[in-house]
Order: sequence, then C-alpha cells, then structure tokens
Amino acid sequence: MTFWLLLTVNSVTFGGLLFLLSAGFSLIFGLMRIPNLTHGSMFMVGAYLGTSLLSGALGFTLNFWLAAIIAAVEVAVLGALMERLLLRRLAGQQLAQVLVTLGVSFMAADLCLMGWGGDPISVATPPGLTGFVRFAGAAFPLYRMAVIVIAVVFAIALWLMLERTRLGAMIRAGVDDPQMARVVGIRVSQLFTIVFALGAGLAGFAGMIGGPILSVYPGLDQDMLPLALVVVILGGTGSLLGSFVGSIVVGFIYNFGQALLPELAYFVLFLPMVLVLVLRPQGLFGGQIL
Amino acid sequence: MNRPAASAIKSSVPGAVTARRIAIAVTILALFAVPYVITQVYYVNIASQVLLYAVFALGLNVLVGYAGLVSLGHAGLFGVAAYVDAYLLAAGHGHAVAILAALVAALVATAGFAALALRATGISFIMITLALGEIIWGLAYRWISITGGDNGISVSTRPEPFGLSLDSPRAFYDATLVIFLIAVAAVAIFVRSPFGAALAGTRDQPRRMNALGFHVWMIRFWAFMFSGLLTAVAGILFVYYTEFISPQALALTASAEGLLMVISGGAGTLLGPVVGAALVVIVKNVASAYITRWNFMLGAIFVAIVVFMPEGLVPGAVRLARSAWRARSRPKPATVVARPQQ
Repeated sequence: MTFWLLLTVNSVTFGGLLFLLSAGFSLIFGLMRIPNLTHGSMFMVGAYLGTSLLSGALGFTLNFWLAAIIAAVEVAVLGALMERLLLRRLAGQQLAQVLVTLGVSFMAADLCLMGWGGDPISVATPPGLTGFVRFAGAAFPLYRMAVIVIAVVFAIALWLMLERTRLGAMIRAGVDDPQMARVVGIRVSQLFTIVFALGAGLAGFAGMIGGPILSVYPGLDQDMLPLALVVVILGGTGSLLGSFVGSIVVGFIYNFGQALLPELAYFVLFLPMVLVLVLRPQGLFGGQIL
Repeated sequence: MNRPAASAIKSSVPGAVTARRIAIAVTILALFAVPYVITQVYYVNIASQVLLYAVFALGLNVLVGYAGLVSLGHAGLFGVAAYVDAYLLAAGHGHAVAILAALVAALVATAGFAALALRATGISFIMITLALGEIIWGLAYRWISITGGDNGISVSTRPEPFGLSLDSPRAFYDATLVIFLIAVAAVAIFVRSPFGAALAGTRDQPRRMNALGFHVWMIRFWAFMFSGLLTAVAGILFVYYTEFISPQALALTASAEGLLMVISGGAGTLLGPVVGAALVVIVKNVASAYITRWNFMLGAIFVAIVVFMPEGLVPGAVRLARSAWRARSRPKPATVVARPQQ
C-alpha cells in the first residue's frame, strides 16, 4: 500500500515536471507549427546553468529558487535569440526550422558536455524542503510535494494568462488562425518570440526544479525530449489542458513502468501513444487550446 | 522535401545513351578498383563505411526525397535489423537464419512505424517517427537481458557467401560494394517505375492523386516498406562491419546523421544521398581524428546547410554550373532564380 502511494506521488511529481516542460513545447507547436527539438536541451541547459549558480562556480552562491529563476530567464533569453536569429530567417519553411532546432540541440548538448563535463551533477534539495510529510503510514518527501504545488500554480497561472489577458487572447488567436490574426492587426511574429522565450524559460525552470529529483547529466536532453513529444502526441498540439492531462498520464505510465517492468519502461510509454494515434490522431484535446 | 532538379536531362545527341552506359561501367570498375589503389586498411574500411551508410541514405531518401516524408526514426529500423542479427548470432544461429530473421523483423517494425506515422504527414510525421525511433533506442538501452544494454552485443564471425571469406577489409569492401550497387539499381528502377511516378505524385499533389483514384496511403506505405528494407540491409552490413552493436547506433544523432546525408547531398536525387554519405562519413572520421567535438560539428553543418544551401550540395552544384554555363552562352537577361519551396 505504502509502495503504491509513494509511486503515485512520484508519478504526479514527474507529471508536474513534464507539464512545465511540455506546456511550452505544446504552445510553441500550436503557434509556430513546429516541434521545437531544442526543448530537451533547454531543460538540460537550465539545469546546468542553475547548478553553476548554486555551486558558486561564478564566484557567488545563490539561493536555490533564485538560481532556478535566473536560470529560467537565461534560457528564455537564449530561446528568444534563437527564434530571432535563426528561425526568423526561415519563416514559413517549417521543415527547415525543425532541422535547425535539431542541429542546435546537438550543438547545445556538446557545449554542455564541454562546459560541465560528463559526470552527473547532483543538485541538493533546497533547505527547508528536505523533510518528509507523514500520511497514511508513509513518508513523502516534502520537495516532491512542493514540485506538485509549483506545477499546479504554473498551470493555473498559464491558464489565467491565456484566458484572461490580452496577450493570452492574442496567442489564442494566433494558434487558431495565424492569417486572420495578422489581418486583425496582431503582430504574430512578435508573438512567436514571446511564446518561444516563454516556453524556453519554462523548460529551463523545469530543468532546475527537476535537478534534485533527476540530477543533471549529459543525455538528459535526449531523455526528456521524447517524453515531451509523447505528452504532446497524447494531449494534442497547442492545448494547455492536453499537455496537463498528457503529462500526468505519461508521469504515471513512466513511473509505474519503471517500478514494475524496469527494462521496458520506455516501451510501455509507446502503448498509450499507439492507442491515441489509432483512435484520435489529433490527440485527446487537439484543436482546443485550453 | 525538395523537388528534384529536372531529373533526366534528355539529350538530343544519339550517342548520349551509349556515353552514359560507358560512364556507368567506368564508375563501377573504378569503385571495384578502390581497395587496390588505396591499400591501407584504414582507408578501405572508411570506403566500406561510406558504402554501407550510402545504402542507409538511399533508403531514407526514398521517403524523404521521393515521398516527401521526413523520418527521424530510421536509426531505429537500422537498429532492429542490426540487433536481431547480432542477437541470433550470439544465440548460436547461422548467418542465413539471422540475416533472414533480421530482415523480417525490420520489415515488421517498418510496417508498425508506417501504420502509425502515416496517420499524419509533414511535421507530425517527423514527431511520430522521432518518438518511435527513440522508443526503439530505449528498448536497446534498457532491455538489458536481451540487448546487453550499454555493453551491446558482439558478433564474432562474418558470413561466407558462396564460400568466400569476408574477413579481410578488402573482401568486405567488395561485398558491400555489390550490395550497394544492387541498392542503387533498385532505387533507380523504383524511381523510374510507374509506382515511383505515383509516389512523386503523392508528394507533390496528394489531393489530386487521390482524386485521380490513387490510394495515396497505400503508395506511401509501400514506399516506407522499401525504405525500411534498404535501411535494414544497411543495419545488417553495419553489424558485420563493426562486429558489434550498441544503443549508440540507434540514437537520435544516428537518425539525424542519415537525414544530413540525404539533405546535404540533395533529397530526391538518385546519387545525392551517396555523395552525402561520403561527405558525412569522411568529415566524421577526419573530425574525430583531430577534434572530439563531432556532435557540435554535426549540428553546425546541419544548421549551415539548412540555412544556406537548402536544396543540397548536388542540386546546388548543378544549379550553379547550369547558370554559369547559361551566363556564358548567351547575354544574361535579368532573371530571378526562385528558391525551391520547402
């Protein structure tokens, strides 16, 4: 019983991390119509930058949360630069854009290997959250509960942003029909930069937040990107609700798979994807952004 | 992806066909002479690598170039063939059984890939193939009891077709060359067949092809199977070449390298992928001799080619040569060269 409860909490935690990662991925896909294959790299770069800020490699040490936020901002800037300098040159050529993101992801992975070496870096759990919550005879790590809370807060904030603000309305219009959005005077190409930076920042933040759970290692990008892909294939592109539900589903399947069939954990992820592709190719919530 | 540059240049000179045949014969002879000219084992091995990756790129090009469907999961299919072959050999089966089983397994996997990925086209097709390829990679990496995980599977012997030993690099080169030539011929025949024309039709005008009564999905499916078959052949060659298989050969980078071969040489041309394979294999080997950052270079080359030479090196060179020739032969009117649509 305790085992299952713990596994459930771990699944929800991992789902929360995946949501932070895939919400941006899904929005970028919805708006720009391309899968951003650097998204796993952004997750990893955020984590690496965060660990550097934490460890004092730059001459000063920061609080965990501050480090996470600064890392997220740095990754967001990198994302905006990439959108402006590379993807913008290839506007309208989706295939070329996808290939460029793929090329950049390889460059990023190699640069990280060069900068931070090949050994995994573990990230200390922020002080104050190292304890446990006791419930139903089991001890749940406080930090994992915190990650769930953060994910839920971000989900609500993103939903409010999309639903209640002018920017959100413009993004929804852009996802629905970019041409019409342009006609009514929305600067869609500016939205591209904003959403790309937002998605990058979220991914970088998720990387750092995930650090105490996953640690940081070369290949983290390649571990996370397919998960984000599966989440978006499950949930439907451009859908916030879809990426939320998809993340939780993938979190459960991945964690339960790892516990019950450790050798086939990656493979069992395949099954829901197959089902969705066969029964509902547009994804569970495809076509609706919220 | 890119439309092929007007594929067959019809010449009005009657001797052109003969000249073409002579050129092909000379090229084939020259390819067989390679290990006698460059005798060092290292270079013969690199030549074998070029040929086996060329088979891979030819297979990928059937999809990317002629069907207009960009796959980022082909290293997975390559890996299925390689792993099944290596696993059965390690389990003590003969080469004939292992190779046959590897081909069948890879074709079954290809059918699965096709059935899922062909529910979409364009960008979604890329995403689905990428996810599928990563899942095969995950299996190879994690299913340790079967695949040995990171340690991979070693293969100790090479097959002996017609009693000829392939143990020497030169003999292996010759065998790879024969298979490569068969692959090129197969793709050439495929492209010129009515089926190849129909496939190009589904790439350029799927809705019109549908309206004309062609079964677009089925055409794409069989093109995928053909592509998978060539990929599987390359995977089996790879196992025998390295006598080892590990998850690294299935990683996303491997799929991306294959795609780089196709698009750098020129997607949708017969020999573009071969040139691309030679380019990538040679650059990779040269690069790894001097610098350790091959992945960075791979990414940088990718970005550079996509941004600056989107139609690939072979069509790009043809275009440049043609416009230079035209500029010389007549006073140049102000023309705008249209960039090929992606």
